[in-house]
Formats: sequence, structure tokens, C-alpha cells
Amino acid sequence: MRSDVNHVLEFPGGYTRSVGPVIGRFLSELRDGRLVGVRTAGGRVLVPPAEYDPDTGEDVTDEFVPVGPAGTVTTWSWVADPRPTHPLDRPFAWALIRLDGADTALLHVLDVGDHAEPPRFLKTGMRVRAKFRDDRVGGIRDIECFRPEVTSITDPSRLEYRLQGGRALDRFLSGIAEGRIIGHRCDVCGQVIVPMKGLCPRDGVPTSEEVELPHTGTVTTFAVNNLPDPRAPEVPFVSAYVLLDGAGLTMLALVAGLPADQVRMGMRVRAAWRPREEWTKSMSNIKWFEPIDEPDVPFDEIKDYL
Amino acid sequence: MAEPCAIIGVGQTAYRTRRPDASMAGLLREAARRALDDAGLTWKDIDAVVIGKAPDLFEGVTMPEAYLADALGAAGKPIMRVHTAGSVGGSTAIVAAGLVQSGVHDRVLTVAWEKQSESNATWALTVNTPFTTSLVVGAGGYFAPHIRAYMRRSGAPDHIGTLVAVKDRENALKNQYAHLKIPGISREMVESTPMLWEPIRYLETCPSSDGACAMVLASSDAARSAPNPPAWVHGTAMRSEPIFFAGRDTVNPRGGIDCAADVYRQAGITDPRAELDCAEVYVPFSWYEPMWLENLGFCGEGEGWKLTESGATALDGDIPWNPSGGVLSSNPIGASGMIRFAEAALQVRGMAGEHQVDGARRALGHAYGGGAQFFAMWIVGSDRP
Repeated sequence: MRSDVNHVLEFPGGYTRSVGPVIGRFLSELRDGRLVGVRTAGGRVLVPPAEYDPDTGEDVTDEFVPVGPAGTVTTWSWVADPRPTHPLDRPFAWALIRLDGADTALLHVLDVGDHAEPPRFLKTGMRVRAKFRDDRVGGIRDIECFRPEVTSITDPSRLEYRLQGGRALDRFLSGIAEGRIIGHRCDVCGQVIVPMKGLCPRDGVPTSEEVELPHTGTVTTFAVNNLPDPRAPEVPFVSAYVLLDGAGLTMLALVAGLPADQVRMGMRVRAAWRPREEWTKSMSNIKWFEPIDEPDVPFDEIKDYL
Repeated sequence: MAEPCAIIGVGQTAYRTRRPDASMAGLLREAARRALDDAGLTWKDIDAVVIGKAPDLFEGVTMPEAYLADALGAAGKPIMRVHTAGSVGGSTAIVAAGLVQSGVHDRVLTVAWEKQSESNATWALTVNTPFTTSLVVGAGGYFAPHIRAYMRRSGAPDHIGTLVAVKDRENALKNQYAHLKIPGISREMVESTPMLWEPIRYLETCPSSDGACAMVLASSDAARSAPNPPAWVHGTAMRSEPIFFAGRDTVNPRGGIDCAADVYRQAGITDPRAELDCAEVYVPFSWYEPMWLENLGFCGEGEGWKLTESGATALDGDIPWNPSGGVLSSNPIGASGMIRFAEAALQVRGMAGEHQVDGARRALGHAYGGGAQFFAMWIVGSDRP
């Protein structure tokens, strides 16, 4: 509404309109929370009803038919900037809605939620339902608006745990907290397993002989990731399998300190630790692995660790 | 000696990015009802139900067998759930077949599914504990280094993955249920898509799909009254191995080699390329076709890419792989393995429609999961074993 109006013309109390028997029945049913249409002589159901068939001019029959409360949007128009006299103060759609059981469409407000632009689900053919006001008076606004039918629900999920890492992992992480990388040697195959699990998965035997490993190793294979990760928000980043010197298997780690397209199979790397004051009992103490100035390891020497 | 087991019904939903119109139960019922229709049966004819899906965290439904028992007509009947990561669709079918082969049941309904649109697989697969830090790189980030290792080890040229990506999508155009349908798919099109996890390009990966697949498995007696030709189970095998151990070969995993040897032995197969007519193999990234060709013994080590390059695995080749379009064209994860098993059955029943391999009489269904560590396979044939 303009703020600079200088003259107002308002009919005292509002005009009276006699609605007649057909619209009267429609509005009375509406006040009771029901939707009805009227049947024409030709058998069609008009909603909102009229006293006459708009196609032929003949009187409609006196048969009132329950319709809705759900219906289908036949077309719509988006109101991006509602005016003060509009029924909603946020963007909405005016929609023509053909209620189930009706042959004609009713113009009403379609509230699709809080969207600045028409949401993708708003389309001709979408299914909607009338939302009635609690306090009804027998007017078209007894329907507050139409809303989309319920097609999905949100199901919050949260589980709380008290986890223990287990003896072997705890020991491994204690080493990491002191800047040491510890593995176990298997008595049967002689391989060093890092991080150790307290067992050799291949031989099925417990392991206990601790071996401290150097912080250098060889990239066996890798991926150049172009999709960001919370730990590596900058792309591309390289996730690589690193075979620590003396280890019997690789570990997955980030490789940084050179352009992604220069990472090679066989490349020699060293663990880059965070500053000591940031260390915790966690693998994140090792930021990533960085290249070191040593010749690449020939493929033959790493091919059995892929 | 096991009782014979027949596949007398197969039902699939169309695979789509989203099925917002269907509840989880509704999606399963759609596939199950089609399988029952194919078998000429109703819910009440079924003795037991075996369902399979990928990890509970995907859609956050734990113990889905409890929630779905009524929806699958299992009131008062045995129902169980199988879970073996991505291979689950295959292992579910094998567990169901076991209930028939053991002589316990005559008619078993088996269903597998995924509603990836209501899931977050990458999140679910990489939940951290306080003791580990994982790189949230998804399945593609996990498999890319192993593909690179295969390329290096075999000396395969770069374009092999592209060939598979094109071939499987061409096949998908003939499959009414396939998700990805890309008319005019070409090498240029695949090569123009970005590297997501080098060496894997966008069009060399599988889609995320909603969908379900179901089968009705039956004893010889029950199969006799089936309206359509049955497929017969000639062998089933499952193997698994730990994801990390010293000496593990991630490119050519021992679990897959052993699983294939077991299923071939049961089916009396010594030369899979010559004795099988087609195969539906779990290939979620295009390079896994040459890798699994070797792992499954269709050729020697280092030779898989040559088979792919020669066109042997195309629909008109001597050993078509993934005539349905495969996982590269439709991937409702929990169902993807069962779709392989079901498509193998459809082939030997002569009911695969436009992607039918002429005269197929013996076919392999294959699934793998986890870090290429869980394997499930079956061989089905037109003849009763």
C-alpha cells in the first residue's frame, strides 16, 4: 500500500452480497470444513459451484458432490513480492487447483514453504491439499491455503557410543602421540604390520613383537582426487598408499608438497608431522607425506605391495 | 548332494535417480510382485523370504527385515537379512538358493534394494572413530589407486576404461530397466568428462540409483508348474578376505580367484570364456572389466585389457559381459549384485528381451563388495543339473 495516499474511499462495514442457494451451500459446507461441488445437467462437477452450467447456460442440478480435500495443480503463477493485501507475507503461488472429483479448477493460494524462487517441485500436476482455518465464517478464506501433499518425512538419527580402540591400536596411537611409528612383526610370515592389530590377518596368529619404523617410505600407488574432502578441502589432492621402509603393507595417506601431476609410483616420501605442541593421540599428528630427494624405487620392488 | 534349485521368477523396478513416489516397502513390493507374476505365484505360495541390502547407515534403517516382514508377505514365515557390503545382492541370492538346495523350502522369495536418493553412501562408508582418520574420498577414491596399479602392472593403454564405459552404456540402451541411457554415447563423450579420481573419469563411474530386484527360487517340484522357463543353479560360491594384510593383492584379490575356482568346479567348467555364453559381472568403474576378466580366469594375468579391446566382451563378441548395461548403467548398491545374478538367469531363460544373447545356455552372475574383499558368484544354466 502506498504510504503517500491522501484520500481513502471505504464503504462502511463492507458491502453485503447475497450468495444465492448454490454458492450458499458451498460456503456453508466450507464453514463446516467440507468441500462440495455441484453437478451440471451434463454430469460435470463444478467447483467452485455456480447456479448455471457455464457452457450451456442451463440450470445446474440440485446434486451436491463431495470433492477434495486433495487436488491437482493445473497451472500456477509465482508471486515473488507479496503485497500487503496478499494472503501471505512471503513468496507464494496463485494456483488453479482441480479438486479430486471436480471437473473445473478453483483459484487459490498455494503455500510451498519458504522459497525466494519457485522451488523445483512446484509444477503443474503436483498434488496439493486444502488447509482449513480453525475459525471459519463461511467464506473462501476458510481455506487458509493449499499445501503440497506429504511425500517424505525427515527422520533424525543419532547414536552415542563409548568406544575403546583396543590394546593394539591404543599402543600404536601412544607411539604416534610421542612421534613414533610402531608396528608388530608376525612370528610366522616375518612381515611388519602397521598400524598393528595384535594379530596377523593372513596367518591368523597373535603378534606382540614391536618394531619401530622410520618415517620414510615409498608411494606404491595413488589417486588424484578432484572432489574436495573435509581433511583436504583444496583440490586436487593426492591420496596415496605409502609403504613405510621395513613395513609389510601400505597405509593410506595424503601426499603433498608437490603438484598433484608430479606424484609418481615409486616416489620416496617422508611423514610431515604437525608442530609438537599440536600432537594428540591421533593419526592427524601426521599432516601428510612429502617427497624427499632420493631416486624413485623401481616398479619391480613395489609391485608385490599393490 | 544338494537338491536342484531353479529361478522361476525375476522382477525388477526401473532404476532411477529418485523414486520419491515409492516408500521403501513399496519399492520392494514392486519388484517382488513382478517376480511373483513371472513365477505365476502369489504371496501366500512363498515359504520363506531372504532380503539383502548394503550397510544400515546408508538409509538409516536398522534391522530392515523386521520392518519389512509384513510388506513382503512374510507374516508367520521365516525371513532373514543378509549383509556383505556391495556383494550383498549376490550373497543374498546364494543364501536363498541354499534354503532350496538344502531341501528345507520349495519356494523362496529373495529381494535386494537401495534407495540411494535417501542415503549418503560416502558419509556412511567413511564415518570416523576417535582413533582413525579416514579420507572421505568415496568408493571412487578408494578404487582409483588400485586401477592405477592395474594399468601399470598390465601395461594397458589409457583408453581401455573408455571402451568399457561406452560398451556398457550402449547395452543399457537395450534394457528397459537401465538407469543411465545416453543415446550416441561415444569415446569422445566419455573422454570429455572430468577426472573425478584420476585415473577415473566421470563417465567411467556408476550412477547412484533407487531400485529393487527380486527373484523366486524353487525346488524341482515347484519349478514344474512354473509358467515360464526356469534357470537352474549350477554352482554358488562366496569368499572374503581382510581389507589390509601383508601380501594382499588388491588388483587381483585371492578371494575372487578362489571364489571363481570354486563355482567353476561345481559347474564343471574348466574354460570359462569358452564354456559360458555371457556374464553379468560387478563393474562399478569401467577398469574393473579387464581386472575381473583376469581375476575370473577368462584370460591370463595382464591379458584382460586385450580381451576388452578386441571386442570379445561386447554384446556381439564371443563372451558378452554385462549385456544389461551392468553396474555402470544402474547402481542401487544393495541390489546391484542381485541384478547381476537375475540378469544371468534371464539370459539362460531366453527372457532378457532386447539385450538377449542369442542362444545363451550358461551364464555367470558376479558381485563384489567392500575394498574388493567380498565375493559372491553363481552359474546358472538352461539345463537342469
